[in-house]
Amino acid sequence: MLKRLRENKSAQGTLLITPTLIFMVGLLIIPLILTLVISFGKRSADGNVIYTFSLDNYIRIIGISHNCPDGRATCFDPLYVQILWRSLTLAFNSTIVVILLAYPLAYFIARSHPSRRNTFLFLVLVPLWTNFVIRVYAWMMLLRTQGLINDVLGWLAGLVGARFTPLEMLYTPGAVLVGMVYEFLPFMILPIYTSLEKIDNSLYEAAADLGANPFRTFLRVTLPLSMPGMVAGTVLVFIPVMGAFVVSDLLGGKQVILVGNLIQRQFLDARDPTFGSAASLILMVLTLVVMYFYTRKFGFGEEIVVA
Amino acid sequence: MNPHRRSPLVRIAAGLVYFFLYAPIFGLMLFSFNSSRTNIFFGGFITRVGPLIMDGSTVVQSPCGPFHWFCELSRNAEAMNATRNTLTIAAISTVVATLIGTLAALALQRYDFRLKSFSQLSLYIPIIIPEIVMGIGILVLFSQVFSFLNNSLNLAGSARLTMGLPTVIVSHIAFSVPFVTLVVQARLQGFDKSFEEAAMDLGANELVTFWRVTFPMILPGVLSGALLAFTLSLDDFVITFFTSGPGSTTLPIYVYGLLRRIITPQVNALSTIWILVVFTVVFLLQRFQNRRT
Repeated sequence: MLKRLRENKSAQGTLLITPTLIFMVGLLIIPLILTLVISFGKRSADGNVIYTFSLDNYIRIIGISHNCPDGRATCFDPLYVQILWRSLTLAFNSTIVVILLAYPLAYFIARSHPSRRNTFLFLVLVPLWTNFVIRVYAWMMLLRTQGLINDVLGWLAGLVGARFTPLEMLYTPGAVLVGMVYEFLPFMILPIYTSLEKIDNSLYEAAADLGANPFRTFLRVTLPLSMPGMVAGTVLVFIPVMGAFVVSDLLGGKQVILVGNLIQRQFLDARDPTFGSAASLILMVLTLVVMYFYTRKFGFGEEIVVA
Repeated sequence: MNPHRRSPLVRIAAGLVYFFLYAPIFGLMLFSFNSSRTNIFFGGFITRVGPLIMDGSTVVQSPCGPFHWFCELSRNAEAMNATRNTLTIAAISTVVATLIGTLAALALQRYDFRLKSFSQLSLYIPIIIPEIVMGIGILVLFSQVFSFLNNSLNLAGSARLTMGLPTVIVSHIAFSVPFVTLVVQARLQGFDKSFEEAAMDLGANELVTFWRVTFPMILPGVLSGALLAFTLSLDDFVITFFTSGPGSTTLPIYVYGLLRRIITPQVNALSTIWILVVFTVVFLLQRFQNRRT
């Protein structure tokens, strides 16, 4: 038996992959299939799952409601479509803001002296390694009505003798956007840095020799060559924002309900796992479709693994 | 032209982004020395050693002086329990994920077998789907399987299967394995096979070749994979949130629970310790790695 294994390369490979494959199939693929099965089910009176084949959950998500205020049998209730749209626009806006903030820093690090680059990169990583929830908490403390930002603004206003009413910043859509940007900024800095760092210096010299000004060099040389990094960074930022629920829960309160909050509530408060499963699958499909068309348009860099 | 020339505009922008990254963290640390009992506002630093005036009126005897909240934290059994859980989960899942992830990388890079492309593809799933989808899937799996087993085997009381440390640990292994495998695979890709062939020609068998040649060469990849798995596990909120039970609260889950109820400077003290520990560990590892290469 052992001897046969020694000669059979294919069996050896299978043996080596088996433990990992068990985890991938058992805790990724089977759960996804089960989520799909349950999304066609119905909720029993005590919150359990009745296995049947019904499209009710999907019909509810696209907005066809049977609880109409005017007594009609069916009407259009855009609640869930609005939530999906809110997540989608938030993910889009966060990605744009993250690119705008990440690019100058990545460029700064890539063009700094090689001996200093590691230190600068390390400084980008540190916030990433302080816990995810702690980072949201930090923003709660800054943004609240009696928080640090208002303290500083009040102090500044006091200096010039102006009257100051503290700003209401926490529990607004803006707070959620800031939180998302803060959470995922390093995921954009690292891949952009990776692709900027690869650009050969002679390209800049050639552009300068040919008479291009710095702005033109940036537009025609730097920007196109850093696209793979931006694409990878977008994938790393867009996907987590689409599924986020902690940031919106703590910084948005009841004001900003995202798909993630909807799903979480179905499983924990409202106790309708079947509807939650349907919402979860719609979130997955929506994210994959957007990312598919995005990466097909802009190509898909290997930077994602490097990061 | 100096290649390291950056316009002042880039420097200023970079400085502002660094400020954006660090201001919240320093604010957080500042508040762990807050003399106000609730962290709704900053009541000034705790300055005196010994008797302590809180909120202007309450007098609390604090033997710890400015480190009042750190002492309170060390007496907080829930927080200590959550710390223990977090470290246990991270340690076990890192060891298992690193071991099986490295084997999988070897299989994918060095062998041909059926299901190879399927295996490779499955490793990308946790990267391309939102984490909540994976968390919900695992929750659905465990809750359905457990309720089926509990009912069909008539399990009652403490024998009933529920979510707990084991469910969290296997879930953490599942989401960290792909990262370990991809990192080790990247290392194996840039690796010259002739070293192994030379060892075999000189009479070493497969095991000796692996142990004396292959393993030392992929070790840096294995270590960075393990480090990645460890930090992913420490940092994880979403998957743990859906797979943990009452007794398996981790630090992120504990902090989240606190934030939804009351906010005390204890959370800041906890965050300050967390940040300083992580900073020190990462800094030392970085130094160690730089020396090796």
